Amino acid sequence: MSDAKYLIIGNSAAAIAAVSGIREVDPDGTITLVAREEHHTYSRPLITYLLGGKVDEEGMLYRPADWYERVGVNTILGAEVTSVDPQAHTVTTADGRTLGYEKLLIAVGGTPIVPRDLQGADAAGVFTFTTWDDAHAIRQYIEEHGVQLAVVIGGGLIGLKSVEALVALGIRTTVVELADRMLSATFDETASRLAQKRLAEAGVEVRCGTTATELLSEDGSVVGAKLSDGDTVPCELVILAIGVLPATDLVEGSAVATDRGILVDDGMRTSAEDVFAAGDVAQARALLCGTKRCIAIFPNAYRQGAIAGRNMAGADATWDGGLVMNSVTVVDMPTISVGVTEARGEDCEELSELDEDAYSYRKIVLEGDRIVGAVFVGEIDRAGIITGLIRERIDVSSVREMLLTDDFGLISVPAEYRRRVLSGTGVQ
Amino acid sequence: MKRIRIYEEHCIGCGLCEVHCLVQHSRSRKIIRAFREERDTVLPRVQVERDGYLSFALQCRHCDDALCIEACMTGAMYRDPETGAVLCDTDRCVGCWMCIMACPAGAIQRGTEGKVASKCDLCIGQDVPVCVINCPNEAIVLEDDDDE
Ligand SMILES: Cc1cc2nc3c(=O)[nH]c(=O)nc-3n(C[C@H](O)[C@H](O)[C@H](O)COP(=O)(O)OP(=O)(O)OC[C@H]3O[C@@H](n4cnc5c(N)ncnc54)[C@H](O)[C@@H]3O)c2cc1C
Ligand code: SF4
Ligand code: SF4
Repeated sequence: MSDAKYLIIGNSAAAIAAVSGIREVDPDGTITLVAREEHHTYSRPLITYLLGGKVDEEGMLYRPADWYERVGVNTILGAEVTSVDPQAHTVTTADGRTLGYEKLLIAVGGTPIVPRDLQGADAAGVFTFTTWDDAHAIRQYIEEHGVQLAVVIGGGLIGLKSVEALVALGIRTTVVELADRMLSATFDETASRLAQKRLAEAGVEVRCGTTATELLSEDGSVVGAKLSDGDTVPCELVILAIGVLPATDLVEGSAVATDRGILVDDGMRTSAEDVFAAGDVAQARALLCGTKRCIAIFPNAYRQGAIAGRNMAGADATWDGGLVMNSVTVVDMPTISVGVTEARGEDCEELSELDEDAYSYRKIVLEGDRIVGAVFVGEIDRAGIITGLIRERIDVSSVREMLLTDDFGLISVPAEYRRRVLSGTGVQ
Repeated sequence: MKRIRIYEEHCIGCGLCEVHCLVQHSRSRKIIRAFREERDTVLPRVQVERDGYLSFALQCRHCDDALCIEACMTGAMYRDPETGAVLCDTDRCVGCWMCIMACPAGAIQRGTEGKVASKCDLCIGQDVPVCVINCPNEAIVLEDDDDE
C-alpha cells in the first residue's frame, strides 16, 4: 500500500473528529485510518446502553454506515499498531504491516486497569468493560450462566453506567468503591449522597471504603468477591471498572515523549515531528490549573481530535484547555458536574441550594470573581450557561446573586459576553 | 448561512414566538389542540428571557463552533451540510444531556416526549421560521451572515 498523507491510529471520538478537521482544510489529501477494533466507528459511552438493551446495534454507530466513503477515508480495521517510528515516518502493526505517513495522529484512547494485586481476576465471568466486544461477551456470559448476582468494582462513571445496565437486566448488583463515596472524582459529597440514595432505592447495594482483594471461583468461574473489610459477596459476574490508563505502549522507546499520557502542546503536537496525539491517550493543558493532565472525557477527545486534524493539514488551531465535565443520569435522576466541585483554597466560595427529598441540588464554586465549578442534580437545563462562564473565565461579580435563582438564564450574564454567545459566531 | 438575529432592544417580551414555535412542533399544528391536548408532550424551542424591561427571545444560535456537536456522544447532534443548521436526530438521541452541559446559550431542553433533546431546528422545510414570521416587532429576524 502506498503511503497516506494522513495516517490516523484509532477510530473513535478523537479520530473521527480529526478526519473532519483535516477535511475542513484539505478536501482531498489521502487519509488512512487504522484501528484495532473491527467495528465501524461507534459510540463508546453507548456500550452500557447496548448491554442494558437501551440501544440496538444500529444505534451504536457514531457516524452513518457510508461515512468513510463519503469523506474519503481508507480504513484498515482489526489491525493493532504495535510501534511507531517517527524517524522513518512509519508504524507497524501486529500482523506485520508497515504503514507510512506524512502526518500521524495517535488517538488510541485508554486501556482498562486490572489491579495487579487482585487475585483470581483471570476467572471466567470477570470482565473489564470498555468496548463493544466487551458488551457482547458480558451479555453472552449473563445469558449462558443465568447470572443473577453481580459485583461492580469501582464506583466511578463506568462503574455507575455498568450498574445501570445490569439493573436494567434485572441483576442484583453490588458496587464496591475504595473511596468513601461514589463518583468522588466528579461529584461533591452531597451529589454523591443523592446518587447513592437513588441507587439504594433501585435495589443496588453500594459499599464504600472497601475493595475486592480476591475473586473466588469454582471450576474456573467466578462465584464471589472477597473484600478488604473481611466480607465475601457472592456473585456470578464481576465487572472491573477501576478506570482506564492512556494506552501509551505503542510509543514506548520512541521519540514520542510521555508522562501519564502522550504529552502534547496546544496544537496537539507531540515531541516528535509530524506526530500528533488526541483524546484519552493525550495529556494536554487543563483549563483551570494550566498544567498538562489526562482528562478522559468525550468532548475533550472530540475537540482535541478536531484541532489535531486541522493542524495536520496545515492550519494553526489551538486548544483552549481541558475542563472536566460530565452529564450522568443516575436512575432517572439527571446530573451535570463541571470543573472543581469542592471549594479549595482561601479565595474559594460555594453557593448552593439543596432540596434533599426532591433530589434537587445546585452548587456553584467561585474562585474570586470567576466560577470554577458547578454541580447540578435534578434541574440541569441551564447548566450549559454556567459551563460557558467557566470556560470563558467570565467575571461574574456583577451577577453572582442571580446564579442560583430560578429565573437564571442567559439574560443574567454580563451583556458583552451574552452578545458574543448570541451571535453564534464562535464562543472563542 | 442564514441565522436568526436577536434584537433585544426591539423585544417587548410578548411571547408570541413561543406560542407559534410550540404549535409548529406539535403533532396537530393547531393552536387550540396543541395547547389543550399536547401541552405535556411538546415544548417551545424558543424561550423568552425577561428581566425587568429587558427581554429577548432565545433559540439555538446554530453556532459556527457548535459545542453541542462535539459533546454529543452518540453522533445524534449534527450540522446539516446544506443549510448549516445544527440539528438533533431524535432517533439516535439517548437523552444523555451532554449537549445541555455544553451549550453556552442554554438553548437545549430535555424534551418531554421520548426523553430526547429539544432544540430549534429553524423550522425544517420552511423558508422562514415561524417565530420570525410571527414576531410583531422584528425582534428576531432571519439574516444572512455569510459575509461575516
Ligand atoms: C462505558 C463507558 C462510558 C463512558 N461514558 C462517558 C460519558 O458519559 N461521558 C464522557 O464524556 N465520556 C464517557 N466515556 C469516555 C469516552 O468514551 C472517552 O473519553 C472517548 O471515547 C475517548 O475517545 P478516544 O477517541 O480518545 O479513544 P477511544 O474511544 O478509547 O478509542 C480508541 C480507538 O483506538 C483504537 N485502538 C486502540 N489501541 C490501538 C492500537 N494499538 N492500534 C490500533 N488501534 C488502536 C480502538 O480500536 C479505538 O477505535 C465513557 C467510557 C466508557 C468505557
Ligand atoms: S445548541 Fe447551543 S451550542 Fe449547539 S449550536 Fe445551538 S446554541 Fe450553539
Ligand atoms: S442528549 Fe441526545 S443530542 Fe444531546 S448529547 Fe445526548 S445523545 Fe446527543
